[in-house]
Amino acid sequence: MMTQIVFYVFAAVLVLSATMVVCARNPVHSVLFLILAFFNAAGLFLIAGAEFLAMTLVIVYVGAVAVLFLFVVMMLDVNFAQMREGVQRYAPIGGVVGGVLLVELIMAFTHWRVASNIGQIRHLVPSSPERTNTAALGDVLYTHYIFLFQSCALVLLVAMIGAIVLTLRDRPTGRRQDIDRQHDRTPADSLEMLQVPLGAGVAAQGGFLRPHTSYDVASVPGSYGTEAWREQGEEEETQTALVIIPPAAGTKGQDDA
Amino acid sequence: MADFFFHTTPGQLLLIVLETLAVLVPLLLGVAYLTLAERKVMAAMQLRKGPNVNGPFGVLQAFADAIKMLTKETVIPSGANRMLFLFAPFLTFSLAMVAWAVIPTGNGLAIANINVGVLYLLAISSLGVYGILIAGWASNSKYAFLGGLRSAAQMVSYEVSIGLVIVSVLLAVGSLNLNDIVLAQRNVWFCLPMFPMFIVFFISALAETNRAPFDLPEGESELVAGFFVEYSALAFGLFFLGEYANMFLMSGMVSILFLGGWLPPLGIAPFTWIPGPLWLIAKILFCLFVFIWVRATFPRYRYDQLMRLGWKVFLPFSLAWMVLSAGFLMVTGLLPGGAG
Repeated sequence: MMTQIVFYVFAAVLVLSATMVVCARNPVHSVLFLILAFFNAAGLFLIAGAEFLAMTLVIVYVGAVAVLFLFVVMMLDVNFAQMREGVQRYAPIGGVVGGVLLVELIMAFTHWRVASNIGQIRHLVPSSPERTNTAALGDVLYTHYIFLFQSCALVLLVAMIGAIVLTLRDRPTGRRQDIDRQHDRTPADSLEMLQVPLGAGVAAQGGFLRPHTSYDVASVPGSYGTEAWREQGEEEETQTALVIIPPAAGTKGQDDA
Repeated sequence: MADFFFHTTPGQLLLIVLETLAVLVPLLLGVAYLTLAERKVMAAMQLRKGPNVNGPFGVLQAFADAIKMLTKETVIPSGANRMLFLFAPFLTFSLAMVAWAVIPTGNGLAIANINVGVLYLLAISSLGVYGILIAGWASNSKYAFLGGLRSAAQMVSYEVSIGLVIVSVLLAVGSLNLNDIVLAQRNVWFCLPMFPMFIVFFISALAETNRAPFDLPEGESELVAGFFVEYSALAFGLFFLGEYANMFLMSGMVSILFLGGWLPPLGIAPFTWIPGPLWLIAKILFCLFVFIWVRATFPRYRYDQLMRLGWKVFLPFSLAWMVLSAGFLMVTGLLPGGAG
């Protein structure tokens, strides 16, 4: 009795929130309703006794996938007026796709029957009531279906590497911290003392405290961050000149420096 | 009496309510006093006195803060998404509370002693990011939003290494039940054979709770106060309490996974006189002290350093350790569970 009430509550909220995913005006609300739907699905799994699946659903879909979803949707710059124009244009196509899916679902459910060889997969059922369903799942996944399981993992790995390869670009202007290089630097190869005449400021140095090369990164070959710089860095330490001009340098402080 | 609680429906419901209160009331009191303890401990580390006006040694400061928060005005920024704006702090706070349902305080002493306790904890702690993300978005403020985005990236990154560390512990236990995990540490606490994982888990816990030195989502120096910059009064208070309750939860997880939960350090006379729940509390308090100690000691990480640590250091290391410990357990025949 209690279980049935809980089931109907979960099922009703699941269907409602799934509807709201499609109907909500604000895409962020859609994603949040999607999360609610995941939650209720997890609740249904719990009622069915599939505690491992329920927790995995929450960890994987709610804890990771939907977070990234929300992350992206929140950063999208959505023009709502434009979206509503689109609805009228795409409604017929969407209607056709929805209709086909509905017909397929009806056909699938009206011809639903239990497979005749059900007895042959009896070994999938946990052998004893003490065996938790996590262990029972492991018994099946890592024995009879180990190759399928591993191929699933490989497919995911390929997808992951593909995503990284497609999006990882080495921008010439991008700066990257190289901790070893930082630690290897010494004052001797990174500092240069210049004598600047009093009152002339940095104009005598061409208007820069540092050489031009360290400012215009992309255009000068061999400067910081470019391809040539990296190759050079592997062979020998480049001299990135940082010039420190002490106050009133060039007058009386030069001997002290 | 016992019959009423165990064999009648209203009695069972009442029992659940009482059990919940027995966990939540000490927890909330602990959270209130953790805020005071943090200020006191940090003050001591910095040669200051800390709060010392309200009551002896400032012990009433927590209540003074609570009254202040309750009587302030709740400000909702214009353009904010009103419902989600108010929903976010409640979510953060309640998630930090519900996770305690599975924490065992003694042999079998948990509100729900479920088979997949560790997964439940992992699921709940991975939901914590939503409160922050929603708060950042619903505030309609760029600082809050940036804080929310940072936090999402940070928590998802460190969850990966937390998951792998938990897997290595589970390999040595052979069960997802938190009760079994503690009982498996009867001979030796896991913090000794798995010392590197203990450290990785603790640092990841710091990142997961947005504590210093990984408190970039708040990042006062660049984001004002990060995701809760627009919050005030009770809503702010709930975030604040939720954050501290999360520290309690993470300390509880560290205690259960690595410090032997309610078990005494040695199973001999003077240690066994102290009841189990007190041992668990002592361990949680020790972890909390280290949380505060770290905050008083280390400067904040830069964001790319944080990501580098999570993905390039902790992830490969914990993965390697997991494979290594699986191999070790297999070779030495210590692998629990066996063929089923």
